Amino acid sequence: MPERYYGIRHHGPGSARAVLRALEEQRPDILLVEGPPEADELIAWAADDRLQPPVALLGYAADNPRRAAFWPFAVFSPEWQAIKWAVANGVPVRFFDLPFAHRLTARKAAPNADKPTDPPTMDRSPGDEHAAGTSSPDGPGSEGPGLADPDANADRPDAGNVDPGGADGATANADELDDDGPMPGPPAPELRPVDPIGELAAAAGYDDPERWWEDVVEHRQAPAFEAIEEAMTEVRAGALEDPYDLVREAHMRTVLRQVRRTHNEIAVVCGAWHVPALSAKFTATHDAALLKGGRRRGKVRFTWVPWTYGRLASWQGYGAGVDSPGWYHHLFTTTDEVVPRWLVGAAGVLRDEGVDTSPAHVIEATRLAEALATMRGRPLAGLAEVTDAAGAVLCEGDDLRLQLIGRRLVVGERLGEVPEGVPTVPLARDLEARQRAARLKPSALDRALDLDLRKDTDLARSHLLHQLRCLDVPWGEPDERRGSTGTFREEWALRWQPEFSIRLVEASGYGTTVVAAATTQVEAAAAKAATLAEVTALLETCLLADLPGARPAVLRALDARAAEDADVTHLMAAIPALARTVRYGDVRRSDVAAVAAVVRGLLARVYAALPPAASGLSDEAAAGLRDHIDAVHTAVALLGDDAERARWLDTLTALTTRDDLHGLLAGRLTRLLHDAGRLSTGDAGLRLGRALTAGVSAATGAAWVEGFLAGGGLLLMHDDALLALVDDWLAAIPADAFTEVLPLLRRTFGTFATGERRGIGERVAGGKGKSRTSTAVLDHETAALSLPTLSALLGRRIE
Amino acid sequence: MTALRPHAEEFYAEELAALAADDDRSRPPGWRLSPQAVVTYLLGDGGKITPKYVGSRRLMEVAVATLATDRALLLLGVPGTAKTWVSEHLAAAISGDSTLLVQGTAGTPEEAIRYGWNYARLLAEGPSPAALVPSPVLRAMETGAIARVEELTRVPSDVQDALITILSEKTLPVPELNTEVQAQRGFNVIATANDRDRGVNELSSALRRRFNTVVLPVPATFDEELDIVTRRVAQLGRSLDLPETTTALDEIRRVVTVFRELRSGQTDDARTKLKSPTGTMSTAEAISVVTNGMALAAHFGDGVLRAGDVASGIVGSVIKDPVSDRVVWREYLETVVRERPGWADFYRAARDA
Repeated sequence: MPERYYGIRHHGPGSARAVLRALEEQRPDILLVEGPPEADELIAWAADDRLQPPVALLGYAADNPRRAAFWPFAVFSPEWQAIKWAVANGVPVRFFDLPFAHRLTARKAAPNADKPTDPPTMDRSPGDEHAAGTSSPDGPGSEGPGLADPDANADRPDAGNVDPGGADGATANADELDDDGPMPGPPAPELRPVDPIGELAAAAGYDDPERWWEDVVEHRQAPAFEAIEEAMTEVRAGALEDPYDLVREAHMRTVLRQVRRTHNEIAVVCGAWHVPALSAKFTATHDAALLKGGRRRGKVRFTWVPWTYGRLASWQGYGAGVDSPGWYHHLFTTTDEVVPRWLVGAAGVLRDEGVDTSPAHVIEATRLAEALATMRGRPLAGLAEVTDAAGAVLCEGDDLRLQLIGRRLVVGERLGEVPEGVPTVPLARDLEARQRAARLKPSALDRALDLDLRKDTDLARSHLLHQLRCLDVPWGEPDERRGSTGTFREEWALRWQPEFSIRLVEASGYGTTVVAAATTQVEAAAAKAATLAEVTALLETCLLADLPGARPAVLRALDARAAEDADVTHLMAAIPALARTVRYGDVRRSDVAAVAAVVRGLLARVYAALPPAASGLSDEAAAGLRDHIDAVHTAVALLGDDAERARWLDTLTALTTRDDLHGLLAGRLTRLLHDAGRLSTGDAGLRLGRALTAGVSAATGAAWVEGFLAGGGLLLMHDDALLALVDDWLAAIPADAFTEVLPLLRRTFGTFATGERRGIGERVAGGKGKSRTSTAVLDHETAALSLPTLSALLGRRIE
Repeated sequence: MTALRPHAEEFYAEELAALAADDDRSRPPGWRLSPQAVVTYLLGDGGKITPKYVGSRRLMEVAVATLATDRALLLLGVPGTAKTWVSEHLAAAISGDSTLLVQGTAGTPEEAIRYGWNYARLLAEGPSPAALVPSPVLRAMETGAIARVEELTRVPSDVQDALITILSEKTLPVPELNTEVQAQRGFNVIATANDRDRGVNELSSALRRRFNTVVLPVPATFDEELDIVTRRVAQLGRSLDLPETTTALDEIRRVVTVFRELRSGQTDDARTKLKSPTGTMSTAEAISVVTNGMALAAHFGDGVLRAGDVASGIVGSVIKDPVSDRVVWREYLETVVRERPGWADFYRAARDA
């Protein structure tokens, strides 16, 4: 037979074995593989043993690296095995899918294509999601733009389409993967199964397509690929056609025609779905017509990048991935005693973590796995059975241990390797572009940079430097030697170090642009942050580095940490900075509405948690809490939200009714409520008097006065009402009681500066409040003269 | 039948008979049903066989397969996750007898697991088989049935270890009579333990190794839990002969929401994180809150289940620790309940409760 089509399941170990066997038998003189033809010259690297799977072909538009796509290969991928075989046997290999450039040019037409800095995950507009949904189905392809790992979908046939957002998530790197809008006009609905073999398996009642392949295709001893082709022909006859598939298949056929002229024995490895279309008879003109108009060429670049099984499985929660690369690896590399070997490995994982796991455990787990397989009517135990057995026997029902096995074994932690000499990553190219735009040249010498954030260029530079710091590329260090108080000034010390290039390559795993990678990093840090303070700092980073995309994740983390944090002072400490941001925005023109919502959430928690936290405090703790209460009090005032302020004061009022409150706090709260008009002067005076009577211990009384008069003597000197209150109370004390109170008063007043004490004395001696009120005659005309200057200073017009 | 609560094998005798009649798969020795039929009995078939356990099929399969491979089964879970319920029904379906039960307590003696003596006879006749008082476990061994041990971790460690020989050698020596009792085919042990109490009397690793462990989780989804609560509430209402109340699905939905949110530490829309109270907030408690609310509504109210009827019950289940749980509850009320549309009546009732 001159040419044979091997319809495979992407990343299916069963397919990989079958392809290898078939190639050995056929010994073709050329191999065609579904993949981007621009990457042809990279195939030679496969001969290099330093190129260790899992690796991925990374393709991106030369002019815009954010348009990127990955084609991952694991050792058990049929394509990889076929390429390795061909390279080892000196057989030429060609990728024969539609060129990546074709997709790119088509994509440019899509309306959403040029969004500036969309974060890679979440928050997609519906339109985008739809586009992503249609893109994921393109089989090999499907490896291509839609999904980082095509076959991902393998295990759940609907994954790609049902949750397109998830598909994007899998390729956290290629943030443009979403808008793969190859088709003009409205996006087509879901057209065909993402993983047709998986669907066949599901129809036959198998939850693991690999087992179906094993049972049905392999065990039958029938020629596997003919059977698959037949089945696919049937399936396709009843399915709608994706117009984009048709274009791709037309291209594949065109390449096939060319190859037929020069070669006899041709082997074609492609997604099973495409086989019927390739073997069907179509004329060259028919295909040319389909391909017409799609011939525009953009410049694209390809490179090999290391991949991980973790990313292949997109372990972070999204469904779009091969669920169990480690298990597939095991299936591919193990030929006998699959289940016992796997469970022995699982026991090893547990033992490494110090969990005693005996051979008897492994024996019992194997028995249970087999019993389960029998009960479920399956010839052999599969992943579901070994996992259940490992959970019940090896892990003794402990979910954490099972997760450990899941991480180490089912997914695996294998990291691919790429030899030196592979060209730069898109992240580095993006950085170069940003550097040019911001007119900042990397230099190995120290250089000071003084930024005025009111200027656009300087603002852009500041953003870039902050973003790089998020990526652990501290090109610039904030320089605080010359203390400048203006919020619009920022000083940096710049120095480019050679190892930054390496860090960039590392960071390229998080995104193809500086913004996307920094966003991913901040999000990851937010998810990992253990304390509220860390998250608050990250929120600040979001503002400084202009990463609005990361903000939702950080705010969520803030909310989560706030809920978990049992220490109310942590909550209170986070509020003032946030409130300032809400009130004044910042010079960086960030949007702060979301922050306001978080502040309100934090406040609600403070209201609930403050009362219990205020009892049984030591002196130091009371002083600390007093400072926090003061800070929150100011912050609440800054918010300018009357309802919020009322609730805060209600909370404080409720607190003051308690007897067990520390004197310092009781005094402070009385003062705050008095200032806020919640307590009448008479009431406050009554409380002051009560605090200094015989029934109250001396220390408590002193603390009370200290709390009440906090703010220093200066305040007392100028606040007539307060002074009158203290004065009246003092004058009303009977003579014999006065001697008892005196030491306590002295304790507070003794801390005031001499000048302040004298000032207070003079004010009291000079009569109450006369001097103050009499001077307040305003000359409006004179005052108006200062307004223009004030307007200029404050940057807004004042009438 | 006047028993307050009939045994599973009596209550569901018809279902068991129907399953046995249709069951043509091979049965392990000593089993009344095939493993597949046991799973069907537990999970229901959507028709005549009612579901006894609502939840993961995989867990039930592992449990049944464990018993079929001659390994003892340990059901773990927080209180109120239907451990005892599942073990009773497994015993009923497999050996048709769920009464061979040892309740584990701190005072459970070794005799409860091995055997005791009828001392009058012992003194009168000396040691003889007739003077031997078999434990439920011993009777299960003799008849080839399933024995159940409840709350295994509360049993003192030395008593627990009496199970080791029984489970590994499947025999129980009686040195006083110089004889032994060998377990008949079909014998097995189902133990339950509460994993919140782990550490009361942690199983020795030798004993632990004889058990396969199945952890029964709290219901995975809202609908599943709502289903469990409404189903059980209806059953209980019938068997307690409560006066008819209008079953307010909305109110039950609310109770389930509160329980789920506080248990998982986040709101159902996953937007807000919450603190969890010290109690377990189990489904079983949710059921009793609703039942209690229905009794309140029927006897003291207007017969319609309202927010006020369930609020006090909820507060009682949440606040187990008067200090820290009160903060949790207050915070939940203020941050979540207060702003939730349509929950104003519940907010008021809960605040006043």
